[in-house]
Amino acid sequence: MARMTMIEAVRSAMDVSMGRDENVVVFGEDVGYFGGVFRCTQGLQAKYGKTRCFDAPISESGIVGTAIGMAAYGLKPCVEIQFADYMYPAYDQITQEAARIRYRSNGDFTCPIVLRMPTGGGIFGGQTHSQSPEALFTHVCGLKVIVPSNPYDAKGLLISAIEDPDPVMFLEPKRLYNGPFDGHHERPVTPWSKHELGDVPEGHYTIPIGKAEIRRKGSAVTVVAYGTMVHVALAAAEETGIDAEVIDLRSLLPLDLDTIVQSVTKTGRCVVVHEATLTSGFGAELVSLVQEHCFYHLEAPVVRVTGWDTPYPHAQEWDYFPGPARVGRALTEVMEA
Amino acid sequence: MSDLDRLSLHVPEPAVRPGGQPDFSNVKIPKAGSVPRPEVDVAPEDIRDLAFSIIRVLNRDGEAVGPWAGLLSDAELLAGLRHMMMLRAFDARMLMAQRQGKTSFYMQHLGEEAVSCAFRRALRKGDMNFPTYRQAGLLIADDYPMVEMMNQIFSNESDPCHGRQLPVMYTSKEHGFFTISGNLATQYVQAVGWAMASAIKNDTRIAAGWIGDGSTAESDFHSALVFASTYRAPVILNIVNNQWAISTFQGIARGGSGTFAARGLGFGIPALRVDGNDYLAVYAVARWAAERARRNLGPTLIEYVTYRVGAHSTSDDPSAYRPKTESEAWPLGDPVLRLKKHLIVRGAWSEERHAQAEAEIMDEVIQAQKKAEIHGTLHAGGKPSVRDIFEGVYAEMPPHIRRQRQKAGY
Repeated sequence: MARMTMIEAVRSAMDVSMGRDENVVVFGEDVGYFGGVFRCTQGLQAKYGKTRCFDAPISESGIVGTAIGMAAYGLKPCVEIQFADYMYPAYDQITQEAARIRYRSNGDFTCPIVLRMPTGGGIFGGQTHSQSPEALFTHVCGLKVIVPSNPYDAKGLLISAIEDPDPVMFLEPKRLYNGPFDGHHERPVTPWSKHELGDVPEGHYTIPIGKAEIRRKGSAVTVVAYGTMVHVALAAAEETGIDAEVIDLRSLLPLDLDTIVQSVTKTGRCVVVHEATLTSGFGAELVSLVQEHCFYHLEAPVVRVTGWDTPYPHAQEWDYFPGPARVGRALTEVMEA
Repeated sequence: MSDLDRLSLHVPEPAVRPGGQPDFSNVKIPKAGSVPRPEVDVAPEDIRDLAFSIIRVLNRDGEAVGPWAGLLSDAELLAGLRHMMMLRAFDARMLMAQRQGKTSFYMQHLGEEAVSCAFRRALRKGDMNFPTYRQAGLLIADDYPMVEMMNQIFSNESDPCHGRQLPVMYTSKEHGFFTISGNLATQYVQAVGWAMASAIKNDTRIAAGWIGDGSTAESDFHSALVFASTYRAPVILNIVNNQWAISTFQGIARGGSGTFAARGLGFGIPALRVDGNDYLAVYAVARWAAERARRNLGPTLIEYVTYRVGAHSTSDDPSAYRPKTESEAWPLGDPVLRLKKHLIVRGAWSEERHAQAEAEIMDEVIQAQKKAEIHGTLHAGGKPSVRDIFEGVYAEMPPHIRRQRQKAGY
């Protein structure tokens, strides 16, 4: 075991995978010599050579399109999109090509690619470095969508993603790269080295895609969250003193519906939290599923705490970011309903 | 205040519209045999003029002339003629089948048969094409079973795509034919990725990307050229300039670049224009480009100058946007008739044998169609299972799709 940040865990996952399978290649903007703007790929080019880890032109559609071609050949490309916000030029390649190649060719061709992309806000990234586009992917059949919340999961899930035979969107909450973040932006950040989930095996291990994890046991209300919001939800539960059960989804598609249903059936209340905007966000899907499967157990309407239906602002970031105070108010509201 | 005139937008228009006299005086056609054949390791900057000329081998008398001639034997040329005739007969039958309601849609190759049929012969087993919807000749020239193509078109119980794909969107890894996307240009950059992978693995196989003149306006076209140029990918980047992108003439996508091939020059990619209705020229240029790729010399861009004689698809009516007789005025002629004439000039063929072959080929296509129809057509006979809707979205079916399949009763 070693103490790792999420950056180091992500890097370790690629390192382990490249070492085990010579068909794994890593490329993207600035990922080669420099090691990526967040240094997630640092050292990989030096270790594996520049034909297995290399810089790409600033062309996201080109990056994803070539990755699809490489996958059709038999490689396993693990690609970095520098920010999730830059994914849009590649959206056609992701959603209409990568996602459907297996289906449309009846398995004659497949597309085992991983698209890593830093996601979410809380770093004063403004409108173009803060987005959470997961709902744009969860609506697409053929993709898998993962959002880890800690170094241990990030490594195990990324190795699973690289070994997965289908295209996987791997959304890395950039606010968690160096430490868990509970939304209290005025406080110093505690590093991952002081968190139990920063203790990461150096070798190979996997975490199954499609399995949620209960981060906090509780009996009064279920909070469904993922990524940075897991830590915000945990903080809100502690600060309100409400006996909340906090589910970390880890994988949005496929979704661990059983864990959600079991928890809400037990608690009878549910709050859904995500950073992305409210309308048609992934929370809408979660609320629908809870309503569909837990209606007769519900004791209060299901509530969503999300980003607002506006672009992500720069100066007012902390009023946009769903912090523990907003989640706490929602918990109280649901308990009083 | 400025004393300049007000600005106005330039919107290109084709020379002629329906009711007018066809006019191809703007297509500058050099004499057959007049364009030099450079060595494959030539510096791209030394052959810039090839992006503005047209490489031709067959002259008006049916003779093969010039430095690009002499690569194919009689037997190979007869095979090529047969492939083109087969594709034409296949088109005719499938067009009729669509009109009879046996399928929803079809796209024919009329006038463009030489491009894909000749190109395929320059590739080797294991190479990979990333085609568009008008390169079925790649399959026919590789002896892919015609019945399978028809099964796909009819979306019947034996459709290799299990009824999931639009007709003519074939797939065959074994025959080097990547699953076709209806979204334009996406496959162009995928071809570059496949070629890069082959180079990463120090393999010997090469890739070919395909695009139409209109789709060169898509950003993926430019992405493909950037990646191909940057990494010197072993890929042949084909542009089939058939003059029409549905109803939009090629001048709309071309802009001020002069030719589509010229777009390769800015990327440092050797770019050649070839007479797309000349089987021998297409083969010669494709082989030149394939040799460059195999010798690790990087990508080549080829523009095939041809003409889409038929409609864009069975949903299109070309008489609404171009003169009805325009195809007859196309100055580069008919690829089948030109190769036929050449073989007759060589003494390897005759009018009688051609007529006989036409009848035999049509009979072969009809027999294939009968075999395919045993497995059903779109609205009659055997169909893929409804269960096939749910299969194959992922390697392993996730719980939510399984629940939906069960809800559908399967």
